[in-house]
Amino acid sequence: MKMDRILYGDNQFFAVNHISDEKSRAQSIKFKDDKTILDTIDIARAEGVETFMCTTHDRIINICDMIRKDPEKYKNFSIYPCMPYAHKYANAVTELGIMGTIKQYVPGNFFGSLFKGGMAFVSKDYISIMELLIDAEMKMFKGINTPVIFIQNVITDLLLGLHMNDMLKAFHDYVKKKYNVEPAYITMNMPMLLNVLESVGIENPIICSSINKVGFRMSGGMALYEKTLATRKVRAVAMQVLGGGAIPAKEAIQYVCELPNVESILFGASSKGNIVQTVNYIKEFDKKKAGQMVG
Amino acid sequence: MIKIALIGAGKMGLSHLAILGAHPDVQIVGVADTSKMVTDVLEKYSGFNCFADYKKMLDATKPEAVVVAAPTKYHGEIVGELLKRGIHVFAEKPFCLNVKEGAELVKLAKEKKVVNQVGYHNKFIGTFEEVKKIVLSGKLGEINHFLGEAYGPVVIKKKQGTWRADPKEGGGCLLDYASHVIDLINYLVAPISKIHGALLKPIYSDTVEDAVYSLMETENKITGVLSVNWSEETYRKMSTSITITGSKGKIISDASELKVYFKTDDTPAGYSKGWTSKYVTDLTEEVDFYLRGEEYSAQLDYFVKAIQGKVPNIKNTFESAWITDRVIDQIKNQKNN
Repeated sequence: MKMDRILYGDNQFFAVNHISDEKSRAQSIKFKDDKTILDTIDIARAEGVETFMCTTHDRIINICDMIRKDPEKYKNFSIYPCMPYAHKYANAVTELGIMGTIKQYVPGNFFGSLFKGGMAFVSKDYISIMELLIDAEMKMFKGINTPVIFIQNVITDLLLGLHMNDMLKAFHDYVKKKYNVEPAYITMNMPMLLNVLESVGIENPIICSSINKVGFRMSGGMALYEKTLATRKVRAVAMQVLGGGAIPAKEAIQYVCELPNVESILFGASSKGNIVQTVNYIKEFDKKKAGQMVG
Repeated sequence: MIKIALIGAGKMGLSHLAILGAHPDVQIVGVADTSKMVTDVLEKYSGFNCFADYKKMLDATKPEAVVVAAPTKYHGEIVGELLKRGIHVFAEKPFCLNVKEGAELVKLAKEKKVVNQVGYHNKFIGTFEEVKKIVLSGKLGEINHFLGEAYGPVVIKKKQGTWRADPKEGGGCLLDYASHVIDLINYLVAPISKIHGALLKPIYSDTVEDAVYSLMETENKITGVLSVNWSEETYRKMSTSITITGSKGKIISDASELKVYFKTDDTPAGYSKGWTSKYVTDLTEEVDFYLRGEEYSAQLDYFVKAIQGKVPNIKNTFESAWITDRVIDQIKNQKNN
């Protein structure tokens, strides 16, 4: 399955802004109502962007409810879930500890039975816990098309740094087995992750990472990213293409459009003007690139 | 390769472990934690050599350096043991719950000539580093006021029974959020030496404060205000900021955006009369491995480089963290008066 060229992101809806707390406050006020979020998604849809890539934030539950109520309107619409919403778990770990968090978020009485039965902590159990957490996060998307499921960068990169390669593989295997869709990874360390995924037998993975003209959050360096894209088998999703706001939109988009192996471009914008402009720039530079290839 | 071990694999410990695990000059030789589940997972999936008893780990793995992310109440004992063994130490913040004990550790670290660092990561954020440069340039004129703030949504409902609610374990907002801001003021303005008044207010917690407000004065007589509240759900995550007002200009900075105002054209390079804004994206150096902010990788890289002798051990030393402990102690005492 080929991913859509343009993916609409959700940072702007949840007050995530990497360069200004003031802007994030303004966004928080603007998107107070879930309806405003859906209206903005509809603006992107009107521009032909039918894929919404979003974190498993609590407020997405309501958005999904609204989408399910209008199946005709959203028949071509897809969501690429990104799990987990890390702050939810981070706050829970601070408050309840690691065990308490698992108890709170693992559904059913799985955890109770694990102890009651006197079962030892063997490798299978931890993978099962992760699988149950994936199921818990996926619940909100029931009945909605989710052809790609991402694991969030903070978890990917934590597992990467801890050398928990089997866990990264287990996510891949479970998403394929249970949901029969594409497993994918968000990371801030794309070249390093690709090496590890290949080492556990995952070929040509979908990896979403910062890719931009100024090298912002491209760990290991821009040159290594460019080389990786040019020479390796990877289905890249470019995010943070504006480099956190450091690059003018046109220039920023031209850069990512001209790179090889960038299958999709993820962008977030909260106004109609910015949405239309971004989509048009991507179409314009893609057309130029296609023209050059033919020529 | 530098042989490093971790003591305390909680949230901060695991974050440090992952960053060190990806560092090309570091070999993780051991992890000590009292949670069997955590050490089981780390042994099984990461292949780390894990121990329940940190002293046994030190004996068995002989690390050159150790990262201490155990609860603050154990810092005194653990750091003392590490220093006696001549091991380089990176300790999480706050440094030590007991000021007298902290002073002894500062002295011991100097005697043993080991690299010593505490995890006040704000000093590795580009915007705050820029504030330091501007202050040092003297272009703000005479500084007459500062405002140090931090807000975030840690405790936003009634709860009990977690370590954060126990004042003896370092569970309040003063030791947690406020310590970061105090440390930043000490660094950017001047060490705080006098507390003119302090309010420690519980909002949802029963036994500890959720907010800290204080009037304070630095050793060079600059006065200012501390305003910290971790029961602030209008913030998505912790947001730390500092405002510094001088006779010739003013700085407002948080971790992502820096705004500077100058009255005249007499400014540092890169600024002009009136307002200038800069963003952390322009002021931050990229890191080799990113987990949750460049500053977390940068501070550990600095620790590694200090051990290698590539940078001086002058940022976030035990001594600077101890000065912050002393201010925390003064605020507590002021409140009791």
